[in-house]
Amino acid sequence: MLSDITFGQFYPTTSFVHKLDPRSKIILLIAYIVAVFIADNFWGLLAAFLFLCVAIAFSKVPVSAVIRSLKAIIFLALFTFILNILFYAPKEGDTVLFWRISKEGIITATFFASRLLLLVAGSSILTLTTTPVNITDGIESLLKPLTYIKVPVHVLALVMSIALRFIPTLADETDRIIRAQKARGADFESGNILSRVKAFIPVLIPLLISAFRRADELGNAMDARCYTDGKTRTKYKKLSFTARDLVSVILMAALITGIVFLNIYDPILF
Amino acid sequence: MRIVADKITFTYNRKSKFATRALDEVSLEIAEGDFLGIIGHTGSGKSTFIQHLNGLIPVESGRLTVGETDLFAGVKKNKKQLKNLRSRVGMVFQYPEYQLFEQTVFDDVAFGYKNFFPEADKEEIKAAVFGALDLVGLDRSVLNRSPFDLSGGQKRRVAIAGVIVTKPEILILDEPVAGLDPLGKNELMALLHRLHKTSCKTIIIVSHDMDEVADNCNKVAVFSEGKIIKVGSPKEVFNDYEGLTALRLDVPITEYIAMKLKEKGVYIDTDFSSEDFVKKLVDFYKNVK
Amino acid sequence: MQAIVFDGVSFFYKPSEENELPKLILNDLSLEVEKGAFIALLGKNGSGKSTCAKLINGLLTPTSGTVSVFGLPLSGENTDLFEIRSKVGMVFQNPDNQQIASIVEDDIAFGPENLGVPREEIGRRIDYALKVTDMEKFRYSQVARLSGGQKQRIAIAGALALNPEILILDESTSMLDPKGRREVTEVARNLNREKGMTVIDITHYMDEAAEADEIYVLDDGKLRKKGDPSEIFSDEEMLAETGLELPRASKLAKELRLQGLPLKKGILSKEELLEELCVSLRIK
Repeated sequence: MLSDITFGQFYPTTSFVHKLDPRSKIILLIAYIVAVFIADNFWGLLAAFLFLCVAIAFSKVPVSAVIRSLKAIIFLALFTFILNILFYAPKEGDTVLFWRISKEGIITATFFASRLLLLVAGSSILTLTTTPVNITDGIESLLKPLTYIKVPVHVLALVMSIALRFIPTLADETDRIIRAQKARGADFESGNILSRVKAFIPVLIPLLISAFRRADELGNAMDARCYTDGKTRTKYKKLSFTARDLVSVILMAALITGIVFLNIYDPILF
Repeated sequence: MRIVADKITFTYNRKSKFATRALDEVSLEIAEGDFLGIIGHTGSGKSTFIQHLNGLIPVESGRLTVGETDLFAGVKKNKKQLKNLRSRVGMVFQYPEYQLFEQTVFDDVAFGYKNFFPEADKEEIKAAVFGALDLVGLDRSVLNRSPFDLSGGQKRRVAIAGVIVTKPEILILDEPVAGLDPLGKNELMALLHRLHKTSCKTIIIVSHDMDEVADNCNKVAVFSEGKIIKVGSPKEVFNDYEGLTALRLDVPITEYIAMKLKEKGVYIDTDFSSEDFVKKLVDFYKNVK
Repeated sequence: MQAIVFDGVSFFYKPSEENELPKLILNDLSLEVEKGAFIALLGKNGSGKSTCAKLINGLLTPTSGTVSVFGLPLSGENTDLFEIRSKVGMVFQNPDNQQIASIVEDDIAFGPENLGVPREEIGRRIDYALKVTDMEKFRYSQVARLSGGQKQRIAIAGALALNPEILILDESTSMLDPKGRREVTEVARNLNREKGMTVIDITHYMDEAAEADEIYVLDDGKLRKKGDPSEIFSDEEMLAETGLELPRASKLAKELRLQGLPLKKGILSKEELLEELCVSLRIK
């Protein structure tokens, strides 16, 4: 069934990384992204890569799952790689191989492509080890201070959580409507783009109507359960930091320090 | 058109770790003229099975023949063939009114006809839509109204009209009376009988209501965990009180009474339709008197 | 004590076009529901049943007349809607459209969170609600993966977490298979019997209604008749006019009677029918 969509990429198992508080994972990811960005040489990226390997090892997520998540951006990575090669303006002293392609250009391109791959692989560890529900909870909790400047954090989190709740339902429904219209001879596969888009009208309209109906009924169900976004609201789920979170934060600090160090004392590589 | 399914098997998400076997070597023969009732719990494979019959789900392994169309695993099906099959095997999904989308009843009913017969002219389309509307017992005055303004029961009939507009020889309905009030339910069952007598030679319904099946069907297939565990006339299938209750399925009330009377030494030879059951009991009563 | 009182309640939606007449959904409806009763509310589609349900917890307000719950009027200016809503738990028709959260326990927590119930107490309420609905195993499950009957039991649990005194099932069993239907009605019946919960079951299933203490029949926005099941199901004229039918056993008994088999009127269940048959057929 399509119900598994809500889990997104989540890889169900228990591990050190799975058990981390979602808030620390989000913060760690941000720190990791910063670390990858401040690294200005390959040594820094290597350090980030090693950190990533450790994280994968501790997450018990198979490497293939991480690689699969890279598939989606492999074209983007290739694209940036080629663009970087082509648009690298050779400076004086660079080794031009042919036309405007230089050794330095290739190195720069490799650097940027690796950085992109490292960023995506890092993010995928968050999504592989944390359910979307927990990510939402984490974001809500982290953004809480914003309520003081009148940002409706709770409402935003609720919207996110309802969306997550209804994705599988609507996905199943879409599937059913497509089948029903196929049974009535609808053809979604032939013709040019315009006629294909047109072919989806018999799917989109019932889906929209149903989404409105669902929204209306859900609204009633929420009101019947005394829905309020007021300040008196309590929260059942409590996120809590543990020693694990502390350990990982220290590791991350080590990575950033390492990268800064490597930036300054760049051991000549090429 | 006859339907012959021979050991068809189907697995959802075959390649993923969530793989679930939905059908497990299901064999079933449905003769032209049958009014077949398919019963079984949610998730027993009923819906998966019926969607094979018009090629919505491709056969994974086994042999399936619908009329003269082979839907075997491995047989290449071209689009034209599938379209032709679907125009002759109508499929009404659960809550079909949720699939209405056109601005008028006429356009919605005509949708299927235009898809299947793109070369049809206006007059032909009109005739087909009128015919379908008459069959489902809706007044032609609704033709220019929006389908969304109709009552629940009417919407469902519009949706059914949108399927029978191509005059399918086989009509399959997944829980056709679900969610209707008693009035709507009775009307819809009457409609199915009318269709069975007139345009659709074979009718297949998926139902949870055993009394409905006993009263209306001449053949019953019981699905459980992807297998057909029993198939035959209502008399043969419902006679097995223990077997059905062991599966936590309901039995028709007639079967309950007949079984209890049998325990007391009175055998009523009935096919479990309420009509026949009443007749046999009254005969018995007259003999006692 | 009266749990619910409708006093001359009328309700209509404002017509969308100006010169159109408003369609009266409830027409001067008066009724009372005793605390601790198990009531079935019947009537064909459009008879006003669901509107009644929504009036009871203030999802709608009457156009005229008053609705009160445990003596608290719903339409006054000082009405605390939350207080009333927390007394009236509601379960709706579509099992898919009632859960807010993806995980069962988070969803059940939604109501008490809104009411500002402290964390530990919410935990206790979740324990209780899951136990009563026999869903303890599914505490950490994904809502989307549950069956229809299980989703409706979660909806009941979500309502129970508000600590209500009235439970309204608004066609909650109509989209379920027989198994799911049994699960849901069983939970409602146990709540009524063991905890004295007032239950209002709006349904299209006559067999389900036949097991209620009392049946209220709505027709055209009015209370057409109320009475115990045997009273209601022996008034065939009224049933025909209001678009209702007999429970399975009563229907069969009626056919037998018409064919000349002497059977008493008012048979409601298959067990009763069997007993009566044994008498008429002189079977021991």
